[in-house]
Amino acid sequence: MNTGDELPALEVRITRDQLVRYAGAALDFNPIHWNEQFAKEVGLPDVIAHGMLTMAVAGRVVTDWLGDPGRLIDFSARFTRPVVVPNTPEGALVEITGKVAAINDEGTARIDLVVKFDGKTVLGKPQALVRV
Amino acid sequence: MPLDESFTGRVYPPQTSYEVSREKIREFADAIGDQNPLYRDPEAARAAGYPDVIAPPTFLTIINLASINSIVSDPELGLDYSRMVHGDQQFTYSRPAHAGDKLLLTTHIDRIMARAGNDFINLRAEITDADGAHIATTKAQLVVRGEDA
Repeated sequence: MNTGDELPALEVRITRDQLVRYAGAALDFNPIHWNEQFAKEVGLPDVIAHGMLTMAVAGRVVTDWLGDPGRLIDFSARFTRPVVVPNTPEGALVEITGKVAAINDEGTARIDLVVKFDGKTVLGKPQALVRV
Repeated sequence: MPLDESFTGRVYPPQTSYEVSREKIREFADAIGDQNPLYRDPEAARAAGYPDVIAPPTFLTIINLASINSIVSDPELGLDYSRMVHGDQQFTYSRPAHAGDKLLLTTHIDRIMARAGNDFINLRAEITDADGAHIATTKAQLVVRGEDA
């Protein structure tokens, strides 16, 4: 592993039915994630994906690359822009890339991710610390 | 209405333990579209050195969110849930949770502050197994948008 190495990129489509499935699995029933009328009433353009779902999908770039997710030591992100999910079969396309940003002396490496929807980043400073 | 800053430093000890099951792990892995065999196949998990299937890293949000929801719904805190958004999230792991773990979660209110018309509340949860051994620490910042923001 070297600083600057790119991780295999991932493209994921998030659809309305996946939002419902995730709401049930994560027990997060906030209506902004499934009720279009409610989402618009609170000023959103449409239903948006759970920030934690976007973070989970982004994390796959790291854990798929590691193979063993137990090598993940730290994972963090800010939720800076919503992923708007239209009521279409295509849903919202989220694109994730990652690279090795630093290799530390204590046998760890920092992975910096870039998570984009509609050409713009949706997570701020998404980072993982992994055991190498 | 600003949040009651006297809540800073409050600690919410575990009310009950959460038992991690193979089925809930598979359901969660399906929901995030993750096919990693260590989440699904006990044999693969054992071959990797785990006692049973392990949970995806963000699985802990299930118990974290339940605790957050119970804290922010306290009327004395004065938080308008309909104006609340998730600002950031961090997980720091000692080990992955696995099926059979009985998780205990203690939540701390680390900080409450008002800035530029919005309220910010920083919550930290320490998650251990039934023996008290650390599994993970989660940190979340929640933002309550002001009426004019």
